[in-house]
Amino acid sequence: MALAQAKRTATEARLAALELPAGAGWATRAREEALARLRETGLPARRDEYWRYTDPATLNAPAPEPAALFDPREPMPFSEVDRLKVVFVDGVFDPEASDDLSMAGIEIERLAETAARDIHWAKDLYGVLEARGQSPVPRPLAALNTAAATDGIVIRVTGKAPRPVSLIYLHRSETSDAVLHHLVRVEEGAEMTLLENGPAAARFNKVLEVDVADGGAFHHVRAQGRDHERRAATHIFARLGEKSIFKSFTLTVNGKLTRNETVIELTGDNAVAHVAGAALGDADFHHDDTVFITHDAVECESRQVFKKVLRNGAVGVFQGKILVKPGAQKTDGYQISQALLLDDDSQFLAKPELEIYADDVICSHGSTSGAIDETAMFYLRSRGVPRDEAQDLLVIAFLAEAIDEIEDEAIADDILARLQAWLARHRH
Amino acid sequence: MLEIRNLKVKLEEEDKQILKGVDLTVDAGTVHAIMGPNGSGKSTLSYVLAGREGYEVTEGTATLDGADLLEMEPEERAAAGLFLAFQYPVEIPGVGNMTFLRTAVNAQRKARGEEELSAGEFLKEIRARAKQLKIDSEMLKRPVNVGFSGGEKKRNEILQMAMLEPKMCILDETDSGLDVDAMKLVAEGVNALRDEGRAFLVITHYQRLLDHIRPDVVHIMAGGRIVKTGGPELALEVENHGYADILAEVA
Ligand SMILES: Nc1ncnc2c1ncn2[C@@H]1O[C@H](COP(=O)(O)OP(=O)(O)O)[C@@H](O)[C@H]1O
Ligand SMILES: [Mg+2]
Repeated sequence: MALAQAKRTATEARLAALELPAGAGWATRAREEALARLRETGLPARRDEYWRYTDPATLNAPAPEPAALFDPREPMPFSEVDRLKVVFVDGVFDPEASDDLSMAGIEIERLAETAARDIHWAKDLYGVLEARGQSPVPRPLAALNTAAATDGIVIRVTGKAPRPVSLIYLHRSETSDAVLHHLVRVEEGAEMTLLENGPAAARFNKVLEVDVADGGAFHHVRAQGRDHERRAATHIFARLGEKSIFKSFTLTVNGKLTRNETVIELTGDNAVAHVAGAALGDADFHHDDTVFITHDAVECESRQVFKKVLRNGAVGVFQGKILVKPGAQKTDGYQISQALLLDDDSQFLAKPELEIYADDVICSHGSTSGAIDETAMFYLRSRGVPRDEAQDLLVIAFLAEAIDEIEDEAIADDILARLQAWLARHRH
Repeated sequence: MLEIRNLKVKLEEEDKQILKGVDLTVDAGTVHAIMGPNGSGKSTLSYVLAGREGYEVTEGTATLDGADLLEMEPEERAAAGLFLAFQYPVEIPGVGNMTFLRTAVNAQRKARGEEELSAGEFLKEIRARAKQLKIDSEMLKRPVNVGFSGGEKKRNEILQMAMLEPKMCILDETDSGLDVDAMKLVAEGVNALRDEGRAFLVITHYQRLLDHIRPDVVHIMAGGRIVKTGGPELALEVENHGYADILAEVA
């Protein structure tokens, strides 16, 4: 089908404004292929079914809308966690601010350096999962990322990484347009935790491709916020081998526009994938979680737990799909998306989907949106808990199922403290 | 301690008068019981005193040690020393029983300008109180009232009362749904708190509970009014003859 003229124009306008990386090394071909994928589908448009609830205009535009710098006046998330820090400033790796990249059981390199080489294992991953993730639904912003990214981190995990790798995204320029592409290859039986936080840029396009071999485990905790004017489109593409584990949790507070897509393929038997998110928005906030999980092996488990707390006209979107392929018997799929609307102006738009081609599976999904339970509120207040504190308790309780997906207790406590502080700042 | 004068209450949402002029005085150190048929307005009275939304006071007053209860937020009433043990305790998924109680105890202390309890002090206190009520530590960790049996919920109400040490305790049918042993535990919990500076208003259908918590005064409520007041013998009369005789007598 020929691309609509409007789409083609928008896509070419964006490409014209981009400085595509000049090529040497293995990455050149991957980038060219990604560019071809993008030209085939064109950038997303509001009329696309997949973008019905989120307007991609500002994500597509040749230049980003400027975003004011924001000083949160508090230590950044994960400050208390013993971790290996990798710092990016407006989307560019900062070796001075970063720790030494060597750690037992894990190889960490910079994409910019590996991409210039002729041979590197990254060749078999870069843009590969992204390309697989383009069907049945195109993800043009991810293809754009693969074509344009020059920086990012390339990680190969061979053992049990003793400390989390913590990606820190600093924002210093009001007009920065950052594109980062990270790769993680978890080898058989290996294990790592990846942390991400920070505003990153005025506009941020990020792709993370994660390949988990048999028996490997990948844990991911991300904190997006607290800057208010950020616009971000992020993609996680993951492929899971036999008995492997993938767990990802995202806390999002504030931000004008965030679209987090997670695309997971369970390709080995007995693999486990959990994706969770807690998003809190006040006023000028649009947050979209779009998840696509494909079960293509037997006895795999997947869980999607997404909770949103919205007030003063904030908008939350959830599009979640579980696709169970023929033969993926004994699939255990669970999906819940819920919004707590703290007033009548806020809005939650949800599109849960199940598509099942195997007969021996358990899949459940639910989606709700509602207000604070006034009966519970009165009960708490009748015990002397003031209204605001009572509401905080009920909000945290509402989010608990998502936060429970974080395995590491210290990290979960950090996230909880951020949540509580946000609630205390956003009361009326 | 508690003074209710000509209290008239209607529903906010519909034109339905529920309390039609309640007069009641409860002095410090005493136990009053309110009995009465279903639908007579007993729970409504307790909710209005505790500050639940949905009711409109059209006339009358209610004061606690001279302070106007009806002007206060529910949490202010609690901090002022009022406690309601709910007829139907509320389940709150996701909020741990212990977290809930600690937040409540410290919020009240803060409101009264007292020092908050440390985690250690609180733990010591709650363990001792819970033990008396045969509430195990597993129940303390669970979300508030979630998955609790009827009896466990009621004992949990008494635990809250014991921890919060209110001066005016209202118990709304705390005995209903309890077996004899559970009722004894509840009664012991209440009796342990009896004190010169504290008063109780015990709403019940049954003489049973009043065998264990001996009331000084018994009131009969019907049709949104207190229609008869007497000593403990009034409860026995209800037990033996039901409400019909009394209602006929005052009609
Ligand atoms: N929120 C409410 N909505 C509708 N009716 C109510 C409400 N609260 C109380 N009532 C009515 O008021 C009357 C008194 O109820 P209640 O106070 O629960 O009585 P009791 O506790 O003595 O059984 C009943 O007729 C009941 O149906
Ligand atoms: Mg009642």
